Amino acid sequence: MSEKIKVENLHLYYGEKEALKGIDLSVKENMIMSFIGPSGCGKSTFLRCLNRMNDLIPTCRIEGKVYYGGEDIYADKYDVARLRKNVGMVFQKPNPFPFSIFDNIAYGPRTHGIKNKVKLREIVEKSLCEAGLFDEVKDRLNSSALGLSGGQMQRLCIARALSVEPDVLLLDEPTSALDPISTEKIEELLLKLKKDYTIVIVTHNMQQALRISDMTAFFLLGNMIECDDTTKMFSSPTDKRTEDYITGRFG
Amino acid sequence: MNSSKVISIILKVSAFIVMLILVAIIGYVMILGIPQLKLSLFQWKYTSDNVSMLPSIINTILMVVFSLLIAVPLGLGAAIFLTQYKREGKIVKLIRMTSETLSGIPSIVYGLFGNIFFATFCGFGYSLLSGALTMSIMVLPLILRTSEEALLAVPDALAEGSLALGAGKIRTISAVLLPSAMPGIVSGVILGMGRILGESAALIYTAGTAATMASGLLSQARTLSVHMYALTSEGLHMEEARAVAAVLMVLVLIVNFISRKIGKKAGGKNE
Repeated sequence: MSEKIKVENLHLYYGEKEALKGIDLSVKENMIMSFIGPSGCGKSTFLRCLNRMNDLIPTCRIEGKVYYGGEDIYADKYDVARLRKNVGMVFQKPNPFPFSIFDNIAYGPRTHGIKNKVKLREIVEKSLCEAGLFDEVKDRLNSSALGLSGGQMQRLCIARALSVEPDVLLLDEPTSALDPISTEKIEELLLKLKKDYTIVIVTHNMQQALRISDMTAFFLLGNMIECDDTTKMFSSPTDKRTEDYITGRFG
Repeated sequence: MNSSKVISIILKVSAFIVMLILVAIIGYVMILGIPQLKLSLFQWKYTSDNVSMLPSIINTILMVVFSLLIAVPLGLGAAIFLTQYKREGKIVKLIRMTSETLSGIPSIVYGLFGNIFFATFCGFGYSLLSGALTMSIMVLPLILRTSEEALLAVPDALAEGSLALGAGKIRTISAVLLPSAMPGIVSGVILGMGRILGESAALIYTAGTAATMASGLLSQARTLSVHMYALTSEGLHMEEARAVAAVLMVLVLIVNFISRKIGKKAGGKNE
């Protein structure tokens, strides 16, 4: 398996405060990597470095290298729009646009210049199928996405992310606002998707990390303490702090 | 009787009086005005015999359209700048302060300014153009503020969702933020419309009082409110003035009704 994302000595500062303190990590393709750690440890911040969403925060400054497909994404002339098309993102709270289900999914392809109606319809149906939502909404593609349940909305957001044909999917605690059944559906979906995509997921739920991910990285106070095979990390962590965290002694 | 009961009665009475005033005004204007409506008041051409209000109605529509054509792009543009490009800083404070000050200026002062600047200095004379420019300045703060509020009410998560798909800032603003904020923006524009409909003082100084239909941007344009003012001040056509009042009232009520409907729709969406 080849390397999809490689991070070298990444430091991130919010103004004077150092939020990430030199992180090295590599993510191989077609697997699920989860980031765990207590609140405020920098795992979400780190995730957002991978598609440059931190660019939106004016006080945020980054040092170090992030390679996607071998290219440095923080290089001067790197095309951020293309990066975000290839590295999709799903957020903690479902954030569908206040449009119809169809228009939500078609937004991405339209953004990248696809106008043909037949083609758009094809993409919408394919994306909804991939996200396991098509059967539930096929009769109401033109009704508002805001009428869906929370779990459906989150799968819609996954479908929306898939619509622009990314090859990496970043998910920032995608199930923390959902009930157990919706959560289970999304976990099953992710396991299916890893066949075609590389998935990085931030989660608060250690059971979730254990259930779905191949690799797990443990973050604490802006450092990445340990990154290993999930089963190995949960059975025999090398660092004492990792052990304390996964056995529930803090966090 | 205990004190909380007394207070509750006082509050009820004051609420009732407020409602009563509105009903009384509408009723009074309608009862006096509607019987005075006659076909001759809606002749295409105004003469001093028929004192037709149709030219003024059309002038009013033109005035509203041209004023909004100027004010909406400016107000909305400024609102987008303030919410999407520069959320804080000295310039933003200055723009906010300016627009708040603008909204506190009495309309007749706008009229005087329009008269001196647009009509005289720019040489547009008493005209539809001078009037529309003056009106657009007058409603600009209103449109700016309502658009700004509507844009701020759109959750940041929507913009993030759009950017995360590789959309640029312009695409995010035009295809996600503006459509999401549209109900709020439209209700602000309609409120502005109501202000223009009801304005007389500022227009007397700028758009003139000729009762004929405007034939171009530089010809005079007496709107309905000004028409009513002219009829009453001449004192010869009081009955017709009442009819005009009724028509004007109906127009304003319609505009307010639509604005409320759209505003409600906007409120419902955020829940």
